[in-house]
Amino acid sequence: MENFYTDNNDLKFHLSHPLMKRIVELKERHFEDKNTFDYAPLDFEDAMDSYDKVIEIVGDISANIIAPNAESVDKEGPKIENGRVIYARGTSENHKALTNAGLIGMTLPRKYDGLNFPILPYIMAGEIISRADAGFANIWGLQDCAETIYEFADEQIKDSVLPRFHLGATAAMDLTEPDAGSDLQAVQLKAHFDEQTQKWYLNGVKRFITNGDAEISLVLARTEEGTSDGRGLSLFVFEREDKALTVRRIENKLGIKGSPTCELVFKNAEAKLVGERRMGLIKYVMALMNGARLGVGGQSVGIAEAAYREALKYAHEREQFGKPIIQFPAVYTMLTNMKAKLQAARSLLYETARFVDIYKALEDISRERKLDADERNELKNYKKLADMYTPLIKLMGSEYSNEIAYDSLQIHGGTGFMKDFPIERIFRDARITTIYEGTSQLQVVAAIKGVSTGVFAARMNEYAEQIAHPEFEYLKRQLKEMQLEFQEAANFVNNAGEPEFVDFHARRLVEMAGNLVMSYLLLLDSLRNEQYKNSAFVFIKMADSQNKERYSFIIKSELKDIGLYKLA
Amino acid sequence: MKGLNIIVLAKQVPDTRNVGKDAMKADGTVNRSALPAIFNPEDLNALEMALSVKDKIKNSTVTILTMGPGRAAEIIREGLYRGADNGFLITDRKFAGSDTLATSYAISQAIKKIAAYDIIFAGRQAIDGDTAQVGPQVAEKLCIPQVTYAENINAITAKDITIKRRLERGIEIVKSTYPLLVTVHSSAPECRSRNAKYVMKYKHAHTETELQESAEDYLKLQVERPYLRIAEWSVQDIQADVELLGLSGSPTKVKDVINVVLQSKDSKTYTTSDTDIESLMKELIDNHTIG
Repeated sequence: MENFYTDNNDLKFHLSHPLMKRIVELKERHFEDKNTFDYAPLDFEDAMDSYDKVIEIVGDISANIIAPNAESVDKEGPKIENGRVIYARGTSENHKALTNAGLIGMTLPRKYDGLNFPILPYIMAGEIISRADAGFANIWGLQDCAETIYEFADEQIKDSVLPRFHLGATAAMDLTEPDAGSDLQAVQLKAHFDEQTQKWYLNGVKRFITNGDAEISLVLARTEEGTSDGRGLSLFVFEREDKALTVRRIENKLGIKGSPTCELVFKNAEAKLVGERRMGLIKYVMALMNGARLGVGGQSVGIAEAAYREALKYAHEREQFGKPIIQFPAVYTMLTNMKAKLQAARSLLYETARFVDIYKALEDISRERKLDADERNELKNYKKLADMYTPLIKLMGSEYSNEIAYDSLQIHGGTGFMKDFPIERIFRDARITTIYEGTSQLQVVAAIKGVSTGVFAARMNEYAEQIAHPEFEYLKRQLKEMQLEFQEAANFVNNAGEPEFVDFHARRLVEMAGNLVMSYLLLLDSLRNEQYKNSAFVFIKMADSQNKERYSFIIKSELKDIGLYKLA
Repeated sequence: MKGLNIIVLAKQVPDTRNVGKDAMKADGTVNRSALPAIFNPEDLNALEMALSVKDKIKNSTVTILTMGPGRAAEIIREGLYRGADNGFLITDRKFAGSDTLATSYAISQAIKKIAAYDIIFAGRQAIDGDTAQVGPQVAEKLCIPQVTYAENINAITAKDITIKRRLERGIEIVKSTYPLLVTVHSSAPECRSRNAKYVMKYKHAHTETELQESAEDYLKLQVERPYLRIAEWSVQDIQADVELLGLSGSPTKVKDVINVVLQSKDSKTYTTSDTDIESLMKELIDNHTIG
């Protein structure tokens, strides 16, 4: 039987990273749950074995149910009936299979019927599902909302809402409105508190809401009348109820067609306030978005994996001029570069997931007891790293996903342009990843400060210290040089003392930083496993030359150059 | 409401669907070590049917019964991972060489030991022997009704069951009270996948023999969690007569095994015209290739 987990050695490799020991230790405390729950792990090895076995189920369902359904889901898509969304047949089948397998609410604590999994295996499951059908991965991945409810809602809401996830409740994040896209501060949907019923009610319109007709929705709404910025917004849990919510339309999209993108109308919809008023956007949605960005990182890598495999298969099968096209340098260099970028993005993805795991687990412990000084430092350090790496993986992962899908279609030639092969769907599905949950341009804004700090430089030095292998000495020196180039370029830009000059070069700088991180990570992977050596060498060649190009552009630029780019 | 007690007969078989060069030994018998051991496909359909009954009739239990070498305990774990409640492994060197008659005798003895059952589900046939005899023979030995080639359960209550049978030239709907034995056809719904919580709960379920052989020290765990013990039953445990088992209990004798190499002979060419397609269809129906 095909399995999208066991057929990909990379996944087991990243699951077995040494830092997992610390993550499991934090996540499982002293393995106390084993006395209460028959499915809780007995020790570290047992926990790791459980992750492995459960992801194998994801690999099975992805390969044998979700992937075979992908084409029909893409064709059929969801439809709207009496203001309700009806999923495509395959979508319902996929969702049912994952629900029955107990794969919704994976990261929730066991007392809410969750699996209490760390973020890393959950993101890995998302990657695998995205390889099978990226559109469906959205519907499954919206279980992210459970995490936000768990972190910020009161006990009463948690007790009533969270166990519903394990039973298969679908979720949605209702943030965007017609005039509030990238700028969520402009959200208008109104929430008012009714003194008589002592309840909150929502009125207004949301647009571009993925899986908008979900059973559980997190809704960003304006609670403070007369305000116009982010500080007047609060977050609500809305549990689906007829009449209170109507789906007005489903968008007709380029890709991820199985995932319904809805326009919603709320009419006196009863909802519960999450946490405190006014904290909706500035605290809770930021947390929600960070989770979603990591999720899109996983989705991007999954799509890239699918695209790479299609290209590799086709290049072996297709013969021209008397031999398979993979034997031509023009084709095999493309494939090798695709593979290097895919493995680099994957390495960055799971490094980020580990950072998130450690700080989130420590944060969770801090809700039960006071952390000691070491733990507080650990939390602070990993949170900084997570905040820095999350926009990096969202940016680099999604851009690579598109580049790899583009190259894969190119390798298919004219056939790839036809509807006959999966690559045309994969190509369309990839396109959204650089746009939603914050465009690439916004990821640059989120990442630029972090990569200019000492924390980033310290991390790069830490990576360098770990590489003590004579074979890699030369590459290590090369990376050190790249690091200096990056630093020099960053200083040059920052020393100009003009914020617009920083914005002007931000993308170049962030991409240089991304290249540097991924180069180090692939080299570190090669130390753990020889099979990554080739990709590391190839990637570093590419990263080095790209960084030199960006470096040259930056160093030769002047403040007045900005004028050349300004349109009237 | 009292639930139903369900038994699923399942067999571990060599995966004959992916046969390589070394699938057969020189003497013409199956080289089991060269083929991966899998859950017999139609037994998975039977398991799904059993689990679907458990979903519908509250308080029902599903027990997996399998016969084979020690490693067949894997079949029981696979059942537990999908929602079965427990399982028994019939295993003994004395069973070696059993044909369908001896096998059905052993299984029926084991079922008598289990005693309480309402429905027995079994796959129609196993892909290693393709006899389709064991299920029906077990029903005969237990003196209970049997419904073969089941495709779907059209209705079920605590008292009776209505089954759709998939036959060569049509379907048949039959109704029966309990107890009964049902053999399940491959056109029945596919088996659900493993469940994450069940996998984590039952992955330490082992037989006594496995525990002795494995390096893992989960003996203590089995004392605390008795459901992790997979019982092994020997000839003695099921009170079977040794004479009726193994080679001595098996009237089936393999006389000869012939290596058949399939070769294409003459070919025919059909055009896409309606008359040609019609004559092709007619021929295929006449020689029972389709229809």
